[in-house]
Amino acid sequence: LQDIRNTVGNIPMEWYQDFPHIGYNLDGKKIYKPIRNKDELDMFLEKMENPDYWRTVQDKMTGADIKLTDEQVDLVHRLQRGQFGDVHFDPYEPAVDFFTHEVMIHPVTNRPADKRSFIPSLIEKEKVSKLVHAIKMGWIKPRKPKDDTPTYYDLWAHEDPNSILGRHKMHIPAPKMKLPGHEESYNPPPEYLLSEEEKLAWEQQEPAERKLNFLPQQYRCLRAVPAYSRFIHERFERCLDLYLCPRQRKMRVNVDPEDLIPKLPKPRDLQPFPTTQALVYRGHTSLVRCLSVSPSGQWLVSGSDDCTVRFWEVCTARCMKTLPVGGVVKSVAWNPNPTICLVAICVEQSVLLVNPCLGDKLLYGATDQLLESYVPPEEERVQPVQWVTATLEEQSKGLRLLIQHSKAVKQVTWHGKGDYFASVVADNSNMQVLIHQTSKRWSQNPFRKSKGLVQCVLFHPIRPYFFVATQRYVRVYNLLKQELTKKLMTNCKWVSSMAIHPGGDNIICGSYDSKLAWFDLDLSTRPYQLLRHHKKALRSVAFHKHYPLFASGSDDGTVIVCHGMVYNDLLQNPLLVPVKVLKGHVMTLDLGVLDVLFHPTQPWVFSSGADGTVRLYT
Amino acid sequence: RRLCILKGIYPHEPKHKKKVNKGSTAPRTFYLLKDIKFLLHEPIVNKFREYKVFVRKLRKAYGKSEWSTVDRLKDNKPSYKLDHIVKERYPTFVDALRDLDDAVSMCFLFSTFPRTGKCHVQTIQLCRRLAVEFLNYVIASRSLRKVFLSIKGIYYQAEVLGQPVTWITPYAFAHDHPTDVDYRVMATFTEFYTTLLGFVNFRLYQSLNLLYPPKIDVQVDVEVKPAEGKDYAMDSESYLEKLSALSASLARVVAPTHEDEAEMDEFPVEGETAEQMDARKKEQEALEKHKKLFEGLRFFLNREVPREPLAFVIRCFGGQVSWDKSLCIGATYDVSDPSITHQIVDRPCVEKQVVGRYYLQPQWVFDSVNAKLCLPVADYFPGVLLPPHLSPFVTEQEGDYIPPEKLKLLAMQRGENPGDTRLRDEESEEEEEDESEEEMKLKKMEEQKTQSNKALPVKVTAGKLRLEDKQRLEQEQQSEEKRLAIMMMKKREKYLYKKIMFGKKRKIREANKLAAKRKAHDTTVKEEKKKSKKARRA
Repeated sequence: LQDIRNTVGNIPMEWYQDFPHIGYNLDGKKIYKPIRNKDELDMFLEKMENPDYWRTVQDKMTGADIKLTDEQVDLVHRLQRGQFGDVHFDPYEPAVDFFTHEVMIHPVTNRPADKRSFIPSLIEKEKVSKLVHAIKMGWIKPRKPKDDTPTYYDLWAHEDPNSILGRHKMHIPAPKMKLPGHEESYNPPPEYLLSEEEKLAWEQQEPAERKLNFLPQQYRCLRAVPAYSRFIHERFERCLDLYLCPRQRKMRVNVDPEDLIPKLPKPRDLQPFPTTQALVYRGHTSLVRCLSVSPSGQWLVSGSDDCTVRFWEVCTARCMKTLPVGGVVKSVAWNPNPTICLVAICVEQSVLLVNPCLGDKLLYGATDQLLESYVPPEEERVQPVQWVTATLEEQSKGLRLLIQHSKAVKQVTWHGKGDYFASVVADNSNMQVLIHQTSKRWSQNPFRKSKGLVQCVLFHPIRPYFFVATQRYVRVYNLLKQELTKKLMTNCKWVSSMAIHPGGDNIICGSYDSKLAWFDLDLSTRPYQLLRHHKKALRSVAFHKHYPLFASGSDDGTVIVCHGMVYNDLLQNPLLVPVKVLKGHVMTLDLGVLDVLFHPTQPWVFSSGADGTVRLYT
Repeated sequence: RRLCILKGIYPHEPKHKKKVNKGSTAPRTFYLLKDIKFLLHEPIVNKFREYKVFVRKLRKAYGKSEWSTVDRLKDNKPSYKLDHIVKERYPTFVDALRDLDDAVSMCFLFSTFPRTGKCHVQTIQLCRRLAVEFLNYVIASRSLRKVFLSIKGIYYQAEVLGQPVTWITPYAFAHDHPTDVDYRVMATFTEFYTTLLGFVNFRLYQSLNLLYPPKIDVQVDVEVKPAEGKDYAMDSESYLEKLSALSASLARVVAPTHEDEAEMDEFPVEGETAEQMDARKKEQEALEKHKKLFEGLRFFLNREVPREPLAFVIRCFGGQVSWDKSLCIGATYDVSDPSITHQIVDRPCVEKQVVGRYYLQPQWVFDSVNAKLCLPVADYFPGVLLPPHLSPFVTEQEGDYIPPEKLKLLAMQRGENPGDTRLRDEESEEEEEDESEEEMKLKKMEEQKTQSNKALPVKVTAGKLRLEDKQRLEQEQQSEEKRLAIMMMKKREKYLYKKIMFGKKRKIREANKLAAKRKAHDTTVKEEKKKSKKARRA
């Protein structure tokens, strides 16, 4: 067998798969692959027939088949078993110490010691000098002595009062944790346990909203109580509260609620005032908007949305007369002069002057004569309204004069003497307020400019003042000097009505935002008192002529009568005491009382309501 | 933040929020300018800076693996003390006592933390030490007043030098540590609290003439167990354990003199009437009696009851307590000791009972302490359905709901004996009484609530009817007057009045609800009883 050396080296032999040669020999000649003509069948036959087939291997480098010798097979077997390749190698030979662990007296070598072991080391010197330099320069400091003072000592041994600074006085101590109640017990009384619905409600609430931050639970014995899972949480929240929660001193309200109620004079001591409902005047079919009573106090007139005006006898509740006027009646006003029997009625665009022909025949006859005695002046003056004398047919019904305005009229009110009256027109121009004189049948427009939507107007009972209430202010004009004297701020959103004390120094204003403002004209332009007695919008307010009473009617169906004493002494403030809440009107269309009015002589109060009735309280 | 916590700076609510916040009403926190300036002058700020620099240097040294530098740096680790802050925040000792609640609670919580993660082991050990010292002080001064087992933990209230200190300890279980808690904040608080509590402890021990750090009175120890009183290694751990066993009394600096027991001289204060004096004296006597509640009683704790709270409570009231030797060190006597009077057991039944001692559930101890007298033991035998455990912190005002158990307890405290409650018929009678009382109360409350006289019964005779009419009229008139007067109130006062009235009404409503619930529960229980009785008969 010749020695064929392949010189390709340690490479994957697949690279030569496609070549006829398999590598190169030492001389650089190609080594050719042995000619193989064996197919599968031959291989099989050889496997079957050749007894040495199992020990034949192919040399990859040369491609020749080699039959392993017995020694080689034995080597392979031993390697497979993990034994040493050499048969004669004994791994378990006894160990022989080459050097003993005992120190011998003689050195192993007889070499003398180096010189360097006798002289100081340069490197060390360098290091030391560096350290010395660092110490000199103060870079390295000597180790601080451990302070051996005890960790705890009597900190408050000498408390000096100077150490209490302003800070400590200002300090707001954190409130202590809330102490637990019965419901937190591990074995609470059964009533503190939550029922199923309460438990459900508790679970559905936000954790911040819950009244209890845990579910009360009952355990039969102490052994069964588990750990509380939110313990650390609660401590942590407490910590956060302590340093993040803003603190504020809160005055604890520790008042007896009874003390808060002001001490007022007993209503019993302030009598007379109306206390009970005495009469109900029925007849109107729609809401009764306005009321007026004759100066003698015998007759009452009411205007309603059913387009009629009714005249009643006060004492008997009998309807004396019904006057159809063909329009919604916005306002009625009886002439306050007792010698004249005349009623002004607002119907749509006109003001009607009606002689009701009630009472003394001489009286109403005189009124007619007074009206007829009018002589038209020579030169026709330009008037803002038209004065029309009633036709005969109308005269038979009582109608005397018609004052036709350009727009719808809201309110009419008489001067105390009974000659002048003012009307308010629902308009935005300067023509909102007109003053008429009955005897001369002459009208004038007192204002040049409109100052807002006029709600109602009023004559001063004694002096020549004229009050105009717009939405938020009440303006007081002097009619003689023709100037603005005062402007009262009502502090209300929308004034609905106004009434003046017979003394003339006090005014009350009702407003739609359920407030009643009492003004003292001498005092200031702001309300002396704002009364919020009603729950809904105020519709009307009224003063009594003689008694210190005033009343207010509101949409909540009540009339509140108050005692409003005004003293002659300027230093004494008026005394305002509510004395009675009168109920009786039925709420219809969300409206309750529409108008209130006092009897001129008696402490009685009339009220008209949206239920179509007029009621008298005595 | 850390500085704010340590110095106790907190935000303030300004008087005019809008003015301060430049017109906006957005929620913001406001600190006083003065406070912030005050913080700037704090010397500890420099210490913090030093520490920061130290950490930076150390990190650098580690990064370069210069181990000698690391060692040197570690040797010179800057440390700071909070003594001056404690002194500054609490110029007097009483101030410190007032704020002790949170400190003690926090220490107890931290002392139950596991020794791994979350916070430093040293902190935990220090907390444990301080807490145990505090407990020992409370025992020595016998100042515990109230205990309450709640579902959250155990509340204790002690009166330390006249100041009530309330703290809560969790039940002895492993905590499941929540993830949304910032432990650094808690650790900062604890840092301050441990300093505070240490100084307070020192002062308290001094006030009782006790050694600080506390030492166990060796003499007493030897007397109690001469067999075991041998060489006792004072290595810190077993020392702390021994201390925490709470069983031995502490060594005093000065031997206890008997001056305390001499009658206190009476100094009549001017302007105080004899009645007040008497009342005060009586109170004092009651307090003394309360302090000696368990005097002369010997308790043995079974291994299933929580040892520490019970031992603490019993020792606070003068009782002697022991437990199984294998449970914890410090056991003074064995189960078989014939002188044991009470054995605390928390299992449904006890196999071998020794004659001459009561076997009781642990609630008895706590209820007795709260009731200030040794309650009848019958309700607390093992396996018996326990009576409810009531909170001692609730003081009922007029109109509040009082559970019937509390009423019973109050009666017992007054000295009325409600009789043998084991007799069934009496019990039912009592229940009925309770019910009738409740009904009465309910009715009364309703009357109050409606403030009217609709509940007045209508009589038949004519004469009386008129009389009532008059009364009614008068009442009506009065109520109307009141209504009118309320109408005249100023806006602010009216608001206040309405709020107060609303609160009152709500309270009454809640009380009524509770009472109704109780009644329903009682009736169901009664019915069940009847049913079971019938079943037994049949």
